[in-house]
Amino acid sequence: MASSIKVRTSLHDGEATIRMIIRHPMHTGYEFDTETEKFIPAHYIEKLTIKHNDSIVLDCDWSRAISANPYLSFVFNGAKAGDKLTISWSDNLGESDTAEKSLG
Amino acid sequence: MSISRRTLVKRMAAVFALVGAGLGQLLLPIKAFAQRSPAFSADNEADAIAGFFPGESVETSSDILIDVHDVIENGAFVPVSIKTELPDIRSITILVEKNPNPLIANFKLYPSCKGFIATRIKMGESSDIIAIVRSGEQLYSTRKFVEVIAGGCG
Repeated sequence: MASSIKVRTSLHDGEATIRMIIRHPMHTGYEFDTETEKFIPAHYIEKLTIKHNDSIVLDCDWSRAISANPYLSFVFNGAKAGDKLTISWSDNLGESDTAEKSLG
Repeated sequence: MSISRRTLVKRMAAVFALVGAGLGQLLLPIKAFAQRSPAFSADNEADAIAGFFPGESVETSSDILIDVHDVIENGAFVPVSIKTELPDIRSITILVEKNPNPLIANFKLYPSCKGFIATRIKMGESSDIIAIVRSGEQLYSTRKFVEVIAGGCG
């Protein structure tokens, strides 16, 4: 299966701009399914970690109020072409995924 | 169509039972992930801030910019970005005052990061968005009102 994480990066003078979309339903638990007549159980990403080479650059704690298929963008310095970016998430049902991308 | 009183009572009981079952399921993941800050399940802004930053004072600052539209049509997708030029940014926290759980997300920024985060959040109704930034040891906050036409909390 294709990765749930799509990443775009751009690099200018050591400044890396990262944009990503993660495929995830982000169910709040408040949505009512009219077909099964039950609430859709909460299912959302709780933790997202982004590493630049081997050191963490961004550590996110999310609630269920991040939109479905979450989008995230951030900027960090000290990057050069060929550096490795590792993105991994885990959700409240114990699912997780990791993607790697080289900068530049 | 007229509904007899008895039918109405039965239907209401069914609805309440469903709501109860839903709440039970909501609480399960919170118990399972005990290491997570309980502030994520706080139901008002003051409790969420006090729970997440225990014993700390938050100053208002004009050096934080919340970039978001004034009027949002669909509360399920609210693009929002936080920018700040304050030095030594260690974290950016986003809250929505009137959401069922106001604490939306906390981003821990390491020293190489610039003071910038962009994401999309859900808003249940028109409300203030609050951004709290940790610069050095001090917390700074700013807020912006956003009008939501259709709520996005399910």
